[in-house]
Amino acid sequence: MGMTIIEKIFARASHQAKVAAGDMVVVDVDVSVMLDSSFHANHRRRILKVHDPEKIVVVYDHMVPAPDRMSAEGHVYGRAFAKQFGIRRFHDVGPDQGISHAVVADRAYALPGSVLVCGDSHTCASGAFNCAARGVGQPDLLGAITTGKTWFKVGDTVRYDLVGQLRPGVSAKDVFLYLAGTYGHHTNQNIEFGGPGLAHLGINARRTIATMGAELSAEFATFEADQTLLDYVRARNSTPFEAQNPDPDARYVDRRTVDLDAMEPLVALPDTVIRNSVPVGDVEQETIQQAFIGSCANGTLDDLAEAARVVKGRKVAPGVRFLVTPGTQQVFQQALVAGYVQTLMEAGAVVTPATCGACFGGHMGVLGAGETCITASTRNFKGRMGDPTARIFMASPATVAASAIAGHIVNSAKIG
Amino acid sequence: MVSGAVWTFDDNINTDLILPGDMLFATEAEQRRAVFRANRPGWVDEVHQGDVIVGGLNFGMGSSRPAARSLRNAGVAAVLAESINGLFFRNAVNFGLIALEVPGVHAAFVEGQTAIVSLEDFTVRNRESNIVLQARPIPQMLLDLMLGGGLYPHLERKGLLEPRLGVP
Ligand code: SF4
Repeated sequence: MGMTIIEKIFARASHQAKVAAGDMVVVDVDVSVMLDSSFHANHRRRILKVHDPEKIVVVYDHMVPAPDRMSAEGHVYGRAFAKQFGIRRFHDVGPDQGISHAVVADRAYALPGSVLVCGDSHTCASGAFNCAARGVGQPDLLGAITTGKTWFKVGDTVRYDLVGQLRPGVSAKDVFLYLAGTYGHHTNQNIEFGGPGLAHLGINARRTIATMGAELSAEFATFEADQTLLDYVRARNSTPFEAQNPDPDARYVDRRTVDLDAMEPLVALPDTVIRNSVPVGDVEQETIQQAFIGSCANGTLDDLAEAARVVKGRKVAPGVRFLVTPGTQQVFQQALVAGYVQTLMEAGAVVTPATCGACFGGHMGVLGAGETCITASTRNFKGRMGDPTARIFMASPATVAASAIAGHIVNSAKIG
Repeated sequence: MVSGAVWTFDDNINTDLILPGDMLFATEAEQRRAVFRANRPGWVDEVHQGDVIVGGLNFGMGSSRPAARSLRNAGVAAVLAESINGLFFRNAVNFGLIALEVPGVHAAFVEGQTAIVSLEDFTVRNRESNIVLQARPIPQMLLDLMLGGGLYPHLERKGLLEPRLGVP
């Protein structure tokens, strides 16, 4: 019996010929990503030795630029850490900063076939790069940084074969909402994406889907490596790598076909995405006070392009705050050059610097009591973006942008 | 052997319910006070040291935040659930909270009954009904960490982290 993508990556990283579901592996970690929150006074532990500074990346993203003194103190601590241990890949506030998973994507730090950990649950984002990328807690992150190793329990793998092509106005987020709504959680399971539909799915779209693997409670969400991916990585990172595609006789606990042509715009109702998706039309009466596009899932250049397309020549409805947060400062610049920022701001959007910000209710867009928000970000848990009585609907950037214009939730096709 | 009074929770209990976002950078004591604030206000005053949480599917879904530590600090001796999110489980291992996947556990307990957990044979018994369930075994290396106070003391002993006495 052959191996799935994730099993092949683990076999290489644990120096074994064969790895199968049910095993536990101890693997070499290729990249460990630390965040500003890794250095916050209430999280950090003083590190005495690092295994290899070249395997560490530091990105400030959660509280950036520092909105309060506690955050600022952590930032100062982290800068000293990076200096002490000679961390070259340090993305402090400035032109090469952004949300960690998005910076990792911009730079292609997550190499195909490699193992990456980070102290944030959406680290699975880098699964788009054929990488075994997993969010871990602060202790495991420090373990990886100091020992160079970590462990994984190898779960069963569910394979999704993508076929067809998304129609205009339908995006990767809708694919995720379909998966979450139809199949629910994937606790203890790995998700593998491949199939002919991949050819029509850009890297940014794959990133959205892989990022949302965390919301499916998956262990890993990994894409096959095709020529598009190999070209993307080679254009940004000259380090050699060994991509891993599944064996023809790999064992899957289930194999499901997803017809991209059949996807439609969906919305997740508040509090969970698990089996909670409905067609946009079902909630069109919902009035909103905030519309947000951003996060590691939906802060890509494609997402901003889509938002700009929808709002071009229109105005945000009175009483709605429309916040757009690019995933990285690099994306922000590209969006400026492409004219998206101009279009968004003319419509009345507030475009913020790259940060996690409103996504986790940290700063720059925290919700008040009783408010309703539609978000193109990662999570709609109760209280996620601020007050626990606020309601958070989740949708694609197109649906969020259209809703900002309408003042209530609406299908982007309707305002077009 | 762990034995404690049971609190029952449903499927998909997420990390933000256990450790709300606005408490992310608060002290451990403040974080403890906020456990289940949104879905079960007042629970932290009712729970006793050594109590046991029985959950449904996908317990602990969500963030990398140390939600397991907050449950431990609230007095919870063990989490028994139908299935447990992998990231929550890692934090349980690393912060010394017993967390077991026990198929059938949600239906087998009514709140207030007593769960008796054996980590020798990974069984869970309902003291009142005498139903015995089989938990999924935890690999020895992880069990040692879980019962040994978590990962930090281990890294301290290896000289990799500065010791912080009394802070697991
Ligand atoms: S953007 Fe949101 S989901 Fe992504 S890393 Fe930041 S807080 Fe987490």
